[in-house]
Parts: sequence; structure tokens; C-alpha cells
Amino acid sequence: MRAIGIILAGGNNHRIKQLTQKRAVCAMPIAGSYRSIDFALSNMSNSHINKVAVLTQYNAGSLNEHLSSSKWWDFGRKQGGLFVQTPAVTAESNAWYRGTADAIAQNLSFLKNSHEPYVVIVSGDCVYKMDYNKVLEYHIEKKADITIVCKDMEPNVNVERFGILKMNEDSRIEEFEEKPVVAKSNTISCGIYVVRRRLLIEMIERCSEEDRYDFVKDILIRYKNQKRIYGYKLKEYWSNIATVDDYFRTNMDFLKPEIRNYFFKQYPDVYSKVDDLPPAKYNVGAKIKNSLISSGCIVNGTVEDSVIFKETYIGSNCYIKNSIILNDVYIGDNTHIENCIVESRGTIRANSYHKGEDGIEIVVEHNDRYSL
Amino acid sequence: MVKKEMIAMLLAGGQGSRLGVLTSKVAKPAVSFGSKYRIIDFPLSNCINSGVDTVGVLTQYQPLRLNTHIGIGIPWDLDRNIGGVTVLPPYEKSTNSEWYTGTANAIYQNIAYMETYDPEYVLILSGDHIYKMDYEVMLDFHKQNGAEVTIAVMPVPMEEAKRFGIMITDENRRITDFEEKPANPRSNLASMGIYIFNWKTLKEALLANSEQPGLDFGKHLIPYCHQKGAPLYAYEFNGYWKDVGTLHSFWEANMELIDIVPEFNLYEEYWKIYTKSEILPPQYLSPDSVVEKSIIGEGCEISGQVYNSVIGCGVTIGAGTVVRDSIIMNQTQIGENCELYKAVVAENVEIEDNVKLGIGEAVPNETDPGIYDHDLVTVGERSVIPKGITVGKNSVVFGITTPDDYTDGNLPSGKTLIKAGDKL
Repeated sequence: MRAIGIILAGGNNHRIKQLTQKRAVCAMPIAGSYRSIDFALSNMSNSHINKVAVLTQYNAGSLNEHLSSSKWWDFGRKQGGLFVQTPAVTAESNAWYRGTADAIAQNLSFLKNSHEPYVVIVSGDCVYKMDYNKVLEYHIEKKADITIVCKDMEPNVNVERFGILKMNEDSRIEEFEEKPVVAKSNTISCGIYVVRRRLLIEMIERCSEEDRYDFVKDILIRYKNQKRIYGYKLKEYWSNIATVDDYFRTNMDFLKPEIRNYFFKQYPDVYSKVDDLPPAKYNVGAKIKNSLISSGCIVNGTVEDSVIFKETYIGSNCYIKNSIILNDVYIGDNTHIENCIVESRGTIRANSYHKGEDGIEIVVEHNDRYSL
Repeated sequence: MVKKEMIAMLLAGGQGSRLGVLTSKVAKPAVSFGSKYRIIDFPLSNCINSGVDTVGVLTQYQPLRLNTHIGIGIPWDLDRNIGGVTVLPPYEKSTNSEWYTGTANAIYQNIAYMETYDPEYVLILSGDHIYKMDYEVMLDFHKQNGAEVTIAVMPVPMEEAKRFGIMITDENRRITDFEEKPANPRSNLASMGIYIFNWKTLKEALLANSEQPGLDFGKHLIPYCHQKGAPLYAYEFNGYWKDVGTLHSFWEANMELIDIVPEFNLYEEYWKIYTKSEILPPQYLSPDSVVEKSIIGEGCEISGQVYNSVIGCGVTIGAGTVVRDSIIMNQTQIGENCELYKAVVAENVEIEDNVKLGIGEAVPNETDPGIYDHDLVTVGERSVIPKGITVGKNSVVFGITTPDDYTDGNLPSGKTLIKAGDKL
């Protein structure tokens, strides 16, 4: 293989509010059965990138748990494999990852000990399918130093939380602004980069000598005119989940048949850790309309336009509408939930009422659960 | 140095001909059960949950699906450096090559495999029962009694006892006598086909009886050990145990899973059943769907109505279709406006629009009245049923059928339509 992979999975994002109190953004549950990082990992695996590092820091435990075995993504290999790297105290440093570039700098030996000529760097909080080899081919064809995967967003999408690019007719990037107050274009960076390994080592080393820590600000933007940085347009579905609204919308996208068909029915597959849960069970009184139900659920009530994650129990006479119920939630009888995201492992008492009045309400309830 | 206290030998070579077309292309242990599982998942999960991490699976009849399912044992955590799961098919020898001619003969032909692990005890299991059992408790019982052979038994109603191998025991559960399918049973303790042998006893008995044609545990080996005076004990098991050997018992055991709190509960945390999950995404239920009293596997797309049914993974049920009291296995596609009553539909079947299964008066099946009964309609794997066909009760369809195979778009009750065979 010609490339190794780095998945940046360290981040927290206050825009996703309480949902990252106990997990990293990359461990956010997606589409009923997956975690956000599964998409990047499956893309790596399906692109035959055999050696992948996951750089994690904030709430790393949640991610480590999910990545406890690398076999689900087919990384249980003698050659290559999956390397989950948290910041460590070493002879040289006892710092946390102070930024994306610093995270790579602290794991420079991973780059130095590899022999593959290229590195694919991606962030783990995006939902998409992609063959990174296509970007790599494009990168070589353009004789680029760095290739950034980018996407034209719909005009109505607020792009101000992304990196905004402007390319010339040859697709070379002329302008790059990180999280501008007012965006000048609708082309955003997807946080997927291809770069030659030796060049990356060189830039990272220089960066860390100058106490610069951020990959976007201190490498991409700083080297914009010195290096040949190209944009590769992604046409297919891509979604970042790092705000509550985007997270909600991304999950709800899976209620559309074309999205399910694209992710679930077409080659290649998305992989995830297998949970060994029984099939979903529908008792008398269950009424489900336009919803996704995951394995291990037991449903006794009404569910409409919602995504129900694994092992959820929905009591009799409940009404769940336009909501996301995360893993292993117990919902007591006669409960009404509308426009909500219910945090995982919650227990909601019978006869509760939750409705997001303006926007999505996040419900975190940990009452005692009576279980046999 | 390799040493395992107890290893398991799982007999999975049988055809299970009483399941009709369901086992025409797969061994019975590989038949799917309870939506996402296959029958062999139950003994394999019991093994790992009981701490038995070395399992030899003896295969013979149609092993492809079984081999793919087992693989290197990842789903059951049986991918081990030492031990784990090993598939043991019959093999050619320099002299006297033969198929597995009987249950004990299959074990006899794999003495070398067992010796690798230098076991104290060997657990003999069969791959066609649905149950959860802690073999470690049975082993403790075996050790406590100083038994050489322990046979798991379960009490059955006296009137049913004549269908089983019956053990007669003294007050200490030591077996004093046994009878195979007795007309007038003297006890109601039925053998479950689960044995723990001291390895020395087993090896000696296998070698002594190696010339016996069709060497069988119940018929030859247990009587031999008994005659020799070896202490045989009966371990009583009172949990759920179901032999899914006939089409009707198979259907019934599936249907028991959909009760509010089923007797056999898959939703317990502490004794998980593992299986190879090929399909991960959640299931989608459309705005027009109705699902009641059913269990449904991953990745299904349900637009019709499903009542009292067990639906496998990756199944599509079109709009306007009604499925009632049926079993639909993995990856089967059902079109729109169909009606299915008491249907057992195997994997990868394609049922086109407006097909009706299980309609009309019940008539006994013309070819195999003992297999296709209880008003079930059975469809074999990879079959195709074209648009608008009506199929009656106690009937069976297997193969890629076209409208020409039916008279006036109809297959009356009790008829058999089998187009597929061993030919490809």
C-alpha cells in the first residue's frame, strides 16, 4: 500500500453540548448501529490502507472502548494494524496534544517508522464513504504537495464553522480561511488531507520547533503560497456531526431511502463493532412509522420519524416523535418524547413529557432502573 | 505444553431430513433460527459461556454454509492461539477411508485431534438443539460423582417418553439401565444427547468398538461402558431445551420467541447468544408499516404488515403485503400486496408481487405427509415465486419457478413443486 492513515479523533466541541460530556465527538452514535469514527475507519479499510493511527485525547475512554479490538474493521493484521495513541509522558514532553499538528508531532515516530510514501489524514467526526485512493491518484496527477478534499455546500448551509477555500481553475487553492466571520465562498474543507510522508515530517518538525500546534492554521494556511496545495471536490454525501443540529440532521438523513441505499446497500460496507444483540422485538401495541430501529430494542409504544439506537426499551403507550434515542435507554410507559435527543443509558420514568419547543432538546436522565 | 481440562466435540454432520427443503442445501446446524441466529450458535455460545474454549465441529453433509459461518470462530470468541474452533470434516486415510458412519464413529476418526489437547474430559454435543446450558455445572456434577460418563437428561411427560432414549437411575442419579424408545417407559428422564466422558474411558471405548459398523453413542458406546461397569450418571437439566428436528417443532420454537416474556429469552444479559452478523444497519419501518408481536433482524426494510412472525436480517417486505405467523429468513425479498400465512421461507428467496402463500383447505402433502404438515407452506432457499401465484397449505416450493410451473397460477394444498436439486 502506498499510504498510511491518521485519524484525528481528539477533539471536543462545545457546539454538541452535553452529548460529549461522556464521550469524544468521534464516538458519537450514528444511524442506529454505528459510531462516527466507523466511517473513517471503514473508508481506510476499504481503501486498503493497512496501517492507521487514531489520535485521541478528549474523553478517550469512550473511543478506546469502541476500538478495543481492531478486528471489526479488519485491522487485526501482522503488517500494519490500528494504533490508538493518546498523549503520553515521554522523555521529551509531558504536554497534552495542544492542537492537531502537535498531536501528529508527538507521534512522529509513527510516521518515521513507516515506509509508505503518502499519508492520508482525516478527521473522525464526519459521515461519508470515500475511496482515498482516488484522492491519492489525483494528488499524484496534480503533482500536489498537499491535497485537501473539499465540498461545495448548498447555499442555505451556514458554513462559518468550517475552513473555507477558494480554488483557481486548476483546482489549486488560492484562499483558505478557517472559520471566517463571513464566508467568501461555499466550498469547505472536509478535513481530509493527502500529503507525502517525508514532506509532512519536515513541516511538522518545523512547526513544533516554532511552537506552532495547529494543522490548518500553521501548516495549510501558512504554506498556502509556498506549497502546491490542491482541492479535490467530493460529490457524494458528506456530513460533519459536530453540532447538535448537524448531528440530529445527519441521523435523520438515514430515514431517506437514497441515503440508506448509498450507505447500507452499496459496496463497500461500513463496519462497526459487533454487539451481539438479539433481534428487535415488537410487542402488541407497537406502532412504528418511518423510523429506524436497531437490534436489541423492545418496542411497546408508538414511534414516528425517529432513529432508535440499540437496546432501547420503549414502554406501552409511549409516543416518540422526531427524536433520536441513543443506546440502552429505558423509556417508561405513557411517556411523550418529541424533538429530542435522549442521551444513552438514560432511564426515563413513566408518564414523563419532553418536547423540544424551539429546536432540539437534549434529555439526560439517569433515574434508577428497575430491571430483573 | 498444551493441556485443556475439557474440550467439546460438536456433531454437526447430519442432514436433518425431517426439515424438508430447508436442509436440502445446508446442514441442519446451519439452518437459521430466531431471525438472526443459526441453530449451531446455541451450542457454540454455550461452550464459550461455560468456559469451554476448544471445540471440534464435525461436519459432513453440505458443509459450505457451516464453514463460512464458523470461519475462525470470531463471533464466539473462539479464535484462540491454542484451541478455539476447528472444523473437522472426514478425510482420506492411507487405509480404510470412509465417511463418518455414525456419531461415535465420527469421534473415533478424530482421536488424533482430541489427543493434541491432552484433555481430562470430552464433552459430546449435537448441533441441532436450542437451549442454554452451563456445561461447567455439568462437569462439576460429573467430578463430584466420580463418574466416567455423565449423560444430560431432562424430565419429559410420561406419555412422550416413548419417543426418547430413557435413562433409569437410582436415588443418587447413577444410571442403572436405559431403554431406546421404550413402549412402556420405566422413567421419564430423556437423554438430551449431551455427554461428558472421561477421556480415558472414551478413548478405550472407541478403540474397542472401532470395527462396529455405524458406531453410535446411544446404541453402542453407552451400552458398552455400562456393561463394563463404568459409573454412568444422569445430570438432570430443567431449563428450556428444544429439539427442532421437524418442520413443525422448528416453526413452533421460532414462534415461542415472540411471546411477551418468552420461555427462551434472548434478551438476558448474562448468557448471550453469539452469531456471525453480516448485516449491521438498523431496520427501517416505513410510514405504512404495521408490525406487531414479531422479532425482526438487522437491515430489514418493512413497508407491509407483519404479525406474529420471525423475520431474519436484510429482508424486504413490500407495501400492502401481509405476513402472519411466518418465518422469513435472511435476505429474502417479498414484493407488494402479497399474503403469507404460516409460511416458512428460507434464505435469499424472491417472492414477486401479489403472491399468496398458505391459502385454502388443508390437504396432506402428497409426497412427504410426515414432513410438510400442520398447514405450513415451505419455500426452499434461493427460490423464485413469480407474480400472482397462489400456493396452498402443506405444500412446498423449491427452485426458480416460472408461471408455467403452476396451473392457472395456482399450486393447490398438499402439492410439492421442487425444481432445484443437487445439480447447479
